[in-house]
Formats: sequence, structure tokens, C-alpha cells
Amino acid sequence: MIEFRAVHKRFANGTTAVHDLTLSMPAGGITVLVGSSGCGKTTTLRMINRMVEPTSGTIHVDGRDICSQDAALLRRSIGYVIQQSGLFPHRTVLDNIATVPLLLGWGRRKARTRAAELLETVGLAHDAGKRYPHQLSGGQQQRVGVARALAADPPVLLMDEPFGAVDPVVRTQLQDELLRLQKELDKTIVFVTHDIAEAIRLGDRIAVFRTGGRLVQCATPAELLARPADPFVADFLGAERGLMLLSLIPLGDLPRRPVPEGGRWELVLGPGRRPKGWRDRSAGDGDGALLPVRPLRDGDSLLSALNESVGSPCGLVVRVDTEGALTGVTSREEVHDRAGTAHASAARAASAPPEPAPRAGDHPPVADPAPASAPGTTGGAP
Amino acid sequence: MGELLMDLGAWLTSGDQWSGVDGIANRLGEHLEYSLIATVIAAAIALPTGLLIGHTGRGAFLAINLSSFGRALPTVGLIVLVFLASGLSMTPVYVSLVALAVPSIVTNTYAGMRAVDPETRDAARGQGMRAHQVLLRVEIPLALPLIMTGLRLALVQVVATATIAAYVSFGGLGRYVFDGLAQRDLVQVLGGAVLVAAVALVLDLALAALQRALFVNRPA
Amino acid sequence: MTVEWDWIADHTGELTALSVSHLQAALTAVLLGLLISLPLAVLAHRVRQLRGPLLGIANVLFTIPSIAIFVLLLPVSGLTRTTTVTGLTVYTLVVLLRNTVDGLDAVPAKAREAAKAMGARPLRTLLTVELPLALPVIMAGVRIATVMSISLVSVATYIGDGGLGQLFTDGFQRNFPTPVLAGVVLTLLLALVADALLVAVEYVLTPWNRKGRRA
Repeated sequence: MIEFRAVHKRFANGTTAVHDLTLSMPAGGITVLVGSSGCGKTTTLRMINRMVEPTSGTIHVDGRDICSQDAALLRRSIGYVIQQSGLFPHRTVLDNIATVPLLLGWGRRKARTRAAELLETVGLAHDAGKRYPHQLSGGQQQRVGVARALAADPPVLLMDEPFGAVDPVVRTQLQDELLRLQKELDKTIVFVTHDIAEAIRLGDRIAVFRTGGRLVQCATPAELLARPADPFVADFLGAERGLMLLSLIPLGDLPRRPVPEGGRWELVLGPGRRPKGWRDRSAGDGDGALLPVRPLRDGDSLLSALNESVGSPCGLVVRVDTEGALTGVTSREEVHDRAGTAHASAARAASAPPEPAPRAGDHPPVADPAPASAPGTTGGAP
Repeated sequence: MGELLMDLGAWLTSGDQWSGVDGIANRLGEHLEYSLIATVIAAAIALPTGLLIGHTGRGAFLAINLSSFGRALPTVGLIVLVFLASGLSMTPVYVSLVALAVPSIVTNTYAGMRAVDPETRDAARGQGMRAHQVLLRVEIPLALPLIMTGLRLALVQVVATATIAAYVSFGGLGRYVFDGLAQRDLVQVLGGAVLVAAVALVLDLALAALQRALFVNRPA
Repeated sequence: MTVEWDWIADHTGELTALSVSHLQAALTAVLLGLLISLPLAVLAHRVRQLRGPLLGIANVLFTIPSIAIFVLLLPVSGLTRTTTVTGLTVYTLVVLLRNTVDGLDAVPAKAREAAKAMGARPLRTLLTVELPLALPVIMAGVRIATVMSISLVSVATYIGDGGLGQLFTDGFQRNFPTPVLAGVVLTLLLALVADALLVAVEYVLTPWNRKGRRA
């Protein structure tokens, strides 16, 4: 648990970076700090490991005042990931990851063994360890950055726009990876971003800052979207606030029905009853004319269902189980009806006591992890 | 030491010392003449070479190694060698001073050209500039600060080294250094050295000021 | 101008001895220059106000003619090796100081920041992150300083030392070009070999700059 109490930061040039901040970040959760540039979110993050010293107020990590500890020792006990990874260009990947263990005096062998383990944890091949950072892609470098921060198994992880410099596809992968890791490791994570979609996707709690270093609202994603505290927050959340709300709601118990017989469109199944695509019966036969389908699992979001219902030729959303086998279809009308009640259900969830509600995207790993975003690849393979 | 400085002060300020063939005024003029002529010749050789190599990107290896080679040339040996080969003329002085100045100018010109952002060069071509227009309107203006640095460095080295002209019986401020050495007259040696250093320093500062005035809007 | 090969054949022992003495003077000077300029460069890098004065002093020293520096040292250390080495050291300072400061400046801020954030103290950051990353630029300075020193040793011939430079005064006084040519060629050879060795040293010390970059 990280506690800010009446923290104020004014820089030497007179600008106030953080104004009277009182905020607690729960242990074992991801707290995202968002806001436009110059709003003090990064300064807030950097005060936690004393890269920036507060002007007044106190910060406690796990009940201990951070200012009562030696700064260097404090930093070794807190993981830190920065944009463009900040890797040491003159050290191999393995040595980069082993930095903090070596600083802690673990000894070279033990530090290297730990680093090799972490390579695997963050999804990098074993031989990547012998390379130098510049020989890796941006996404791989970012994974090394995360591994380096995790090396000494710190309870707290600070992440300063860690995925800001990679392309959108890789960013989504890294975000998924972070959620998967978090489920495994249960760290207290503070994450800074200016991308509201990223904040909604990752955050258990989101703290919105505005210029001048003022905290405007700190809430769960659902509460934030359903009840923005003021027009500033609403504006910051943007024009797609409603759709983002849908992204938080899983399909769950939305009724499934058998695929209708007859009609113009036929759902073609591959081995293991995996949906391959829609065939237009009126256009003669042949697999070549299949329209791709993107089947959804129960953990997928209402937003995906809405998107799929609009994109499907017959307005039907195809549902599958965790193995990717067909379980039924849901009609466009049912999806739209459920979407219509989204605001009420989000508001209800927001006012309920904080319990780990199932979140969209939280489905367990499946046997065939083919990315659902690539139409046509689901199911066809043996 | 204090006495030495007093003597030096007296030597530098006495009126007799400034006039006549062996006077400071005359020797200063000679020194400047050797230095400037040598630097101009060196620039005439080195600037086009550096620009060409920087623009085409070809021959860089050769240029860098040649300049390292030039830096390794012992000026004392070179001047004696050319003197013995050509007899009593200004040739040995200029050959050795030019050989000293060329490397600094080539290396800095080349470095300046290489430091031009490839995207800027690319953008210039994208706007439809021809090769010579890219060179004249984009590359040279951007490389100019480093080119100037090279010229400054070369001039300082040449001024300091032009002292050696006196060794092969010519004039310049080196006269005092070598005559003083021969006559065991430390004050005279010191006087010559201080004057050379002062000339080099003043020229360097003047060029630095010029550089600042020219590139007032450039980041350092 | 003809080269008398017999003279060279007769004097190989002397030429070798002069070369060794020449190299010794130059390398000692570079080593001393490094020992002096490294701490000064770190200081100039950390304390902004000191940078101007330190580089300025080194620049002024550079403008003094090398002959004059040797002569000026005579009252202090006389006609000795110390005079030669001290004079040369003064000259290496400009290049070494400037390149080391430049090298430290060029260390990516992110790397320095990451070291601090992971709890490395300043001295450790300097030794394990900043100096290694500044090494290519520092080595470039060491190469220039070495080649320059090797070429300058001969100037000390005017104060009775000068390694291979003694061949120049000797040949000049006797109007005999062969030793002069031999001295010039040997000086160049020493410089080129020393430079090549330094390139090899840099290659060994910076493995991260060796492996091919990913496009």
C-alpha cells in the first residue's frame, strides 16, 4: 500500500508540479495515473522512489515513511520501468536484468540465474540474454525493461509510460502480458500514461490529474466512466466514453441460441466445431467465398460484441467456449438491449463495495492462443 | 622567478625592442604572414577535400587515416628534410605548416558534413534540390560551425608552430626563441613564447567571436 | 637527395634505442595526461561552473608553442626527461579533457537515470555506466593524444632530448638527409602502430559496439 499525505512539490523554477496530493494506492492492484503532459503524474510517480523529493507532505510505502530510508536502498526495493526502457546499451540483456540483484550483492551466478528465469517470465527466448539491447526490437526491449524491474522481486513496481514508444499492436500485446504477469505476481503497480484507453484497460483504480498537479478524481474504471466527477474528467475521457464503458462489461450470461437453419448465410465450422466463416448460399458454393468471423468468448466485452454485430453479414454474434468450439449465437437486438443498460450496471458496480469483479479480457488462457483479432485464423488449424 | 618576470616585462615594453628588423613589430608581421599564408593554402586543399568526402560519403576511411597520418608527421623532421632537399627558400616552412593544418581542417569538415541529419538531406532532395544545391544550401550551412572549428584549430596550431621558421634561418617570433636558446638568454626565449601564445590566443578568440556572431541562432 | 642505406644498416642499434626512448616519453605523457584529465573531466562534467575555466586553461596551454613550453620548464627541471614528459603532458590535456567531457555528456540520460532509479550510488554509476558508455569518445581522444605526442617528442631535441628528434638536429647540422628521413619514417611508424594498437584495445573494451545492429 502506498500512501500520499498532503504531498506538495514545487520545483526550483517556481512551478507547482503536484498540489496537495492525498491518495492511497492499494496493495496488489494497478493504480494508473493519467492526465495530459505537465499535470504532475510523472512527478508523483518519481516521488515514490525519491527520484524527486517532495517539498512537503509524507509518502509511506507499506507503512514506512520513504524519507526515513536511504534513497539508494529504497530504489533497490522498488521496480522501475521507463519509456524506451532506459536499458544500458553497453550491457547484455542478461546483465541488464541482473542489475539490481548485483547491487544487492547476490553474487554473479545467482543474479544471472535469476535473470535467465525472468527472460522466460516476460516471454523472451533464452538466447536473447546474450544480446545487446540495440539488437532487440522496441517491444522486446520493453519486455527486458519489465524483467529488469522485476529482478529482485520488489513488492512495488513503478511504470512511467512504459509502452509509449511502441506501435499499437505491440502495445496491446505488452498490456495483455502485463495483466497476465500481474495475475501471477500480485505486485502493487503504479502506472503512468496519457492514453486513457490504456488506463481503462489496465487500471484497477485510475487517478486523473489536471494541469497544476491537482488530482481531480480517483476511481475504478467503471465508476470513472459512469460518473465523471466534473466536465474536465468527462472531456478527458473523450467522445467514446460510452463505448469504453461497454469494453468493461463481459458478455457473460447474454443468451446463446442455436445457429438458425436455412436462410441466406451459413456458418461454416472447421475441426473441433471451430467457426471458420459465413458462406453466402445465394452465391453458389466453394470455401473461397467465406466471410471471416471473429468468435467471442464469454469473457470478451460487450464492446467487441457490438462491433461484431455491426460487422456480421446477418447481425449474429458467434460465441465459442474456451476451446474455441461453437456454443451458439446471439442476435444483434440482444446485444443492443444489453448495451442499453450498460450505464445502470456500471453505476451499480461502481457503488458496490470494491470486490474483484470479473473484467472483460479476464478469460483464462486457452489451448489455442491464436489472437482473436486476426479473422480467419481461429479454428481452421488442426 | 619574480626577477625573471620583471626582466620579461622590461624586455616586452622597451621601445628599442619594438623597432628595427629584429624588432617585435617586424617579427610579429612576419609571423602572421607565414601563419596566414600557410592556413589559406591548407584551407584551399583541405576544404574541398573534406566537403567532397562528406558529400559523397566515399573515401571517408582514407580521409580519416590520412589525417591521422598527417598528425603523426613530426614537423621538426619534415622542415629539416624539405630544407635539405630544396635549399634555402620558404618552401620548407610552408610545406611543414600546411601539412600540419590540413588534417584538422579535413577531419572537422568531414565531421560537420556527416553530422548533417540524413533526414534533412533527404528532405532537401525531396523538395527537388540537385546535388550541388543540397551541398550549397543545406549541407555547408549546417556543417559551417564545425568547419569553422577546424579552421580555428588549424590556425592556432600553425601560429604556435610557425616558430620553427626561425630554425631554418627565417624570421617570425621564433627568432627570439631560437636566438635566446643559442645565447642562453631565457628572457628573450620567454618573451618570444609569450608573444606567440598571445597571437594564437587573440586570433582564436577573434575567430570564436566571429563564429558566435555568425551562428547566433544556432544551438551550441 | 639520396638515401644512404649503409648508414641505416650501421646504425640499427642506435635507431632502435632512440625509438624506444621516443615511445617511452610519448606514452608516459599520455598516461599522465589521462590520470590528470579524468578526474578533472568528471569534475567539469558534474560542476557546470568549472567547465568553462578548466577547458579554457587547457586551451590556453595548447596555444603556447611546444618549443617554448620545454624551454619554460628548463628553470624547473633542467635538461631532463622530466621536462620532455611534462611538456608533452600539458599538450595532451586539451584533447583528453575535452573528449572525456564530451564523452560523459553523450551518455544517454535514460541510462544514467535508470542506474539511479535502480539504486546505484553516484560513484558506481560513474564506474559502471558513465565511463563505459563514454569510452568510445574518450578512446578517440587517447588516440589523437598518442599520435600527437609521438609526433611532438622530436621538438624536445632542442633541449637535448627528443628521442628520434635527435636525428633531425644531427642531420641538419651535418647537412645529411638520411638520418632525418629515417627519423621521420620511424616516427610515422611508431604513431601508426600505436594507433592500431589503441583501436584494438577499444575493440576489446567495447563488445557492445561490435555486434551488428538490428535494422
